[in-house]
Amino acid sequence: MSLSYADFIRILPELLLAGFALLIMMLEPFTPLGRKTILGWVAVAGVVLAGITAAALAWFQGPAFSDSISNDGYSIYLIELLLLIAALTLLGSMAYLERDAVDHGEYYALILMATVGGAFMVASTELIMVFIGLEISSISTYILAGYKRGEMQSNESSVKYFLLGSFATAFFLYGIAFVYGLTGTTNLDVVREILVNSPASASPQLLWLAVVLMFVGLAFKVSTAPFQIWTPDVYQGAPAPVTAYLSTAPKAAAFAVLMRILVGSFGHVSAAGGVIFWMLWISAVLTMCLGNLAALWQSDVKRLLAYSSIAHAGYVLVGITAGGAEGTSAVLFYLAGYALMNVGAFILLAHLAGADERRTEVQDFTGLAAERPGMAACLTIFMLSLAGFPSTVGFFAKFYVFRSAMHAHLTGLTVIALLNSVVSVYYYLRIVVAMYMGQGKTQVSEASVPRALSFAIAVSLVGIFFLGLFPSGLLRDLTSLQVPWL
Amino acid sequence: MALTDHILTIATFLPLVGAAIIAFLPRENNGRVRAVALIFSLLTFAVTLILIFGFSRAADGFQFEENYAWITSPPIHYHMGIDGLSLILIVLTGFLTPLCVLVSWTGITERTKEFHIFLLALEAGVIGVFVSLDLFLFFVFWEVMLIPMYFLIGIWGHGRKVYAAVKFILYTMVGSALMLVGIIFLYERSGSFDYPQILAQLSDGSLPLTHTTESLLFWAFLIAFAIKVPLFPLHTWLPDAHTEAPTAGSVILAGVLLKMGTYGMLRFCLPLFPSASREFAGILSVLAVIGIIYGALVSMVQPDLKRLVAYSSVAHLGFVVLGIFAFNIQGMEGAIYQMVSHGVSTGALFMMVGMLYDRRHTRLIKDFGGLGTTIPVFSTFFMIVTLSSLGLPMLNGFVGEFLIIIGAFHARVLWGSLAAVGVILAAVYLLWMYQRVFLGEVTDEKNRQIPDCNRREKWMLVATVAVIIFMGIYPQPFLRQMDVSVARVLTRVNPAAVAARNIKAPAAGVASRIAATSRQGLPAGGGASR
Repeated sequence: MSLSYADFIRILPELLLAGFALLIMMLEPFTPLGRKTILGWVAVAGVVLAGITAAALAWFQGPAFSDSISNDGYSIYLIELLLLIAALTLLGSMAYLERDAVDHGEYYALILMATVGGAFMVASTELIMVFIGLEISSISTYILAGYKRGEMQSNESSVKYFLLGSFATAFFLYGIAFVYGLTGTTNLDVVREILVNSPASASPQLLWLAVVLMFVGLAFKVSTAPFQIWTPDVYQGAPAPVTAYLSTAPKAAAFAVLMRILVGSFGHVSAAGGVIFWMLWISAVLTMCLGNLAALWQSDVKRLLAYSSIAHAGYVLVGITAGGAEGTSAVLFYLAGYALMNVGAFILLAHLAGADERRTEVQDFTGLAAERPGMAACLTIFMLSLAGFPSTVGFFAKFYVFRSAMHAHLTGLTVIALLNSVVSVYYYLRIVVAMYMGQGKTQVSEASVPRALSFAIAVSLVGIFFLGLFPSGLLRDLTSLQVPWL
Repeated sequence: MALTDHILTIATFLPLVGAAIIAFLPRENNGRVRAVALIFSLLTFAVTLILIFGFSRAADGFQFEENYAWITSPPIHYHMGIDGLSLILIVLTGFLTPLCVLVSWTGITERTKEFHIFLLALEAGVIGVFVSLDLFLFFVFWEVMLIPMYFLIGIWGHGRKVYAAVKFILYTMVGSALMLVGIIFLYERSGSFDYPQILAQLSDGSLPLTHTTESLLFWAFLIAFAIKVPLFPLHTWLPDAHTEAPTAGSVILAGVLLKMGTYGMLRFCLPLFPSASREFAGILSVLAVIGIIYGALVSMVQPDLKRLVAYSSVAHLGFVVLGIFAFNIQGMEGAIYQMVSHGVSTGALFMMVGMLYDRRHTRLIKDFGGLGTTIPVFSTFFMIVTLSSLGLPMLNGFVGEFLIIIGAFHARVLWGSLAAVGVILAAVYLLWMYQRVFLGEVTDEKNRQIPDCNRREKWMLVATVAVIIFMGIYPQPFLRQMDVSVARVLTRVNPAAVAARNIKAPAAGVASRIAATSRQGLPAGGGASR
């Protein structure tokens, strides 16, 4: 195997991110205590640089490292999305870390490393590479979840995430082994060709076993039922900006892999088609219903949003169940919209929760609208978008997914999903009710919003409304992605 | 002229401009906030009046159309346009909103700024619903309009306001989720969200629907609208929302929001799914009659004035639905007339109950009595409005109810008779209420001190009563305005009724054109005789 410069250029965004992560680790000892925010800005600079590079790579598409990396429209879009999430999280974290006196350089380095892992996951066509990306991303996020060393909840969150997460990656690896045994390769493109050209070569039972195992592994990551049990505890225990990242970036990456595997490589196999279809269908229904129904009873906003993120994973699964080019583009659109509103909500929450995040109960938000109308309005918009009201991105995200499901003749699934989104309105509005209609003095922080955070929130709001009013541009680009496996 | 080309856009977004200006006013200056809100609501009203003068009664099809591509995938257009039906509802909205600002002039003292922002945003949303000709645009306005109403009830309401607000929004959302499925399904089949285009495809047979599909689609739309109306078993959100809402919220809710449901039936359910409409007209008429009787009986026993008026809305809207599903000219024109007249009368009743509440901070009937002697001017106005609500001839309520009952008799004698019983019951609960509140001895000393109408209130009530009387003695201009629209709906559901319009002679040109369309453009089996 011979390496060329092209190989390295095609993973330049990942290399840049890893380089900046190492740079931050090296600078950390030389940065005086209390001035660590500067490392955050270094990390932001790295993300921006990687973003520019990734955008430029759109003119330099192609495979790298003996076809284990595919630098195509699909991976570039997802890398940009991961970078956006990372940038918003970083901007939302700096003041938070200072306030809770946990500002250390490794935080920023870990966010970058987690993003590197995610980027490798979405760009790889080689299952082993996907696995390595998954591990890089997972290990960084395990540490991030337990980042507040002194706090029991944070530790608990980290341990839970680690134990269940390593279990899940083992499942994934087991699935890869089966794929290799059946086809003699772990390259997804080759797997697809083998399955399409000689469908009789692999026994359907083993085939669906392989798919189910890989699905279980990734289902843990994206927290779809029945593998969602860890989510509320981890999301609640982790520092809120970390939750912002956890609930979006690793999910987006894992969904991207899931689509490459299920829609791409195995989507063309009719032998295992029925099993894959019903597995997705049942999991989608369970995920939506469990997430939404459980969220109704939550009194803690972080936990409520954790269940809401489970429900959203269910909507994404609806799009994957629909499959095909339309389902894929709808899911890609969904991931962007979901990232904008969920990261926005969590980083604002991180600020409002006050020192050491003591105030995360719904009733703590009582009367916020009277004291700080601006913040209340922002949080309301995030909630309305998550609930899927028209003119916000949440609406079109759901709309496109449901439309693809209707096209795929999944009317029953669409109706279940729609009724679920009605149920979700109730719990999103509970926060709005508390802020606007409750009487009393608000318990959450009334400190003014730091500038970096308000910039991040402004970016997400602009994104929410822009994609909510003019969604067709992005969707057109996503539909016209030249993906070989569709 | 450029402005007249975009007059519907102006009518829709002018209130939002006002809301945006209010957002930048200082929080302390309530007077200026109210003034700006009043000016913009009056300006919007003026724009809606311009629409009346520019509107051509005889012209078939939609007028003042605007059509631009908005979203390319799926093809959603910013398509607006009005016909006689939407015109009068827009004017009604324009008329009621300034009254809402005025009625809240002293009652709303907390968070005045937000209140008026939401009120104007609500007006924008409601007008948007009435002018949209793209199903998707319609849906967007339909949903977006919920949010300001939700805040109006939840923040400035009384008692169990949060419960009422959430109940209101959830009920409506369930309905609209089903409607969205219907809209997407229609789009999948027709390739368009454009209402006139879909209608054309359905009527020339290029978009055939099987019997089951059509029935399902009909119910998907109808349930959304029936919740809004509200039709009998789906009405339970209404008493809560009405009772707990602030006065202005109740006025808008009763005045125009409920009409969005009946408007939706006339605009979408009947023309798009005519044979399903015919098939289920019986069930819906029965539900409407139940609503009439039930609403009246429940009103009778309400201890709370506002709840009484709220339940009377269930009964009045029952009339509207009954008229719509009678499928003849009289029933349908009566229904539309009743929509407007209920908006004015019930809006006025809610305003006056609100004025009483501002004075005495109670709405319980037993706390009043003998007000006729202490506040004679107010009592007189209240009498007129009560009489209009119960359908006294020469006042607005009579025209609509009379036409509806004639229409119902033509459709089936039993329903007409039962609806007539409803009129009697309305007289019972309204007059009994009037008697207990305004007549007799003053039982509570506190009622002696309350002031009569001030100048602001007098002007509001004079304007309302003027409309009530005008609509009662000279309904022709209103009815002529809707002739063409009604005929268009009827050619779809019951062409026989259009051909045999025996009661009121139409303008010859219109009639012949309608007859022509009904001959050419209708699928076989369209002639219904139920």
